[in-house]
Amino acid sequence: MASKQITPTRMELTKTKRKLVTARRGHKLLKDKRDELMRQFLELVKENMALRQKVEAGILSANKNFVIAKAGMDEATLNTALMAPKQEVNLEVGQQNVMSVNIPVFETKTRTADANDIYSYGFAFTSSDLDGAVKSLADILPDMLKLAETEKACQLMAAEIEKTRRRVNALEHVTIPEAQETIKYITMKLDENERSSQIRLMKVKDMMLEEAHHYSERE
Amino acid sequence: MYKIAVLGDYDSIYGFATLGLDTFPVSTHEEAAEKLARLASGEYGIIYITEALAAELKHEISRYQEQITPAIIQIPGIAGNTGAGIAGVKKSVEVAVGSDILFSQE
Repeated sequence: MASKQITPTRMELTKTKRKLVTARRGHKLLKDKRDELMRQFLELVKENMALRQKVEAGILSANKNFVIAKAGMDEATLNTALMAPKQEVNLEVGQQNVMSVNIPVFETKTRTADANDIYSYGFAFTSSDLDGAVKSLADILPDMLKLAETEKACQLMAAEIEKTRRRVNALEHVTIPEAQETIKYITMKLDENERSSQIRLMKVKDMMLEEAHHYSERE
Repeated sequence: MYKIAVLGDYDSIYGFATLGLDTFPVSTHEEAAEKLARLASGEYGIIYITEALAAELKHEISRYQEQITPAIIQIPGIAGNTGAGIAGVKKSVEVAVGSDILFSQE
């Protein structure tokens, strides 16, 4: 921009032109990145919403089952029954690169081979409601894991989209117009300089001719 | 190798222990904040947290938003669904798109 201090030289012009080309290319690439990220994000976030609704409904009904189970037996028995969990879930966290956003991939391993091996108690002293409650919770666990994965991915992608969008806008509305303005300014300044030196030469030539042939005396 | 934690009030989370998740019942705000920081810096890849507790720990949770692990996921507690989880999804749409174009009508 003309308000900034620019030395209107040929070197500066070349530099700015190169900058403009880079900015244009970066702008195009970032715009593509943003569009692709957005497409994937929208797909993912829909899945996220569906999973969340499913999980929330599942947990809600599981909680209800637990309340009923709790009502059917005394607290000490319940606590004892749930005290030593049989199952253990281990989590393997991988990474997947989606348009330069690293999103997590969760993989779970249960300690015992049978993932349904969840009842950490003998069935003698507990009510059957508890079995149902535990089962209902176990059923939504896979969805909960999936939810964790998609929700985290959505958050990360949303942040990345925002960043990319800012960059695209900065290039589009600041860097590129600025470079164009600078190029225009320098070209005009250079042309102006050229014209003035041309005029100066003509003037000098005039003066020299005048001295040699005394034009003005003849008029 | 990571593990999965569940954070919240005892009544909301005791069932998860049977599934092999590690439950951490907390009652006070300070306790919860301290626990969350400890879990997040350690071996836990996913931390499920009840919506009620998450509302209190907004600031602490936002710190982990941009990290790959831990994934802090809100779940409804025993007191019922506050809608905070859904709101979180909507918010990420808002961040990405600028306004909530997908779920605003619901």
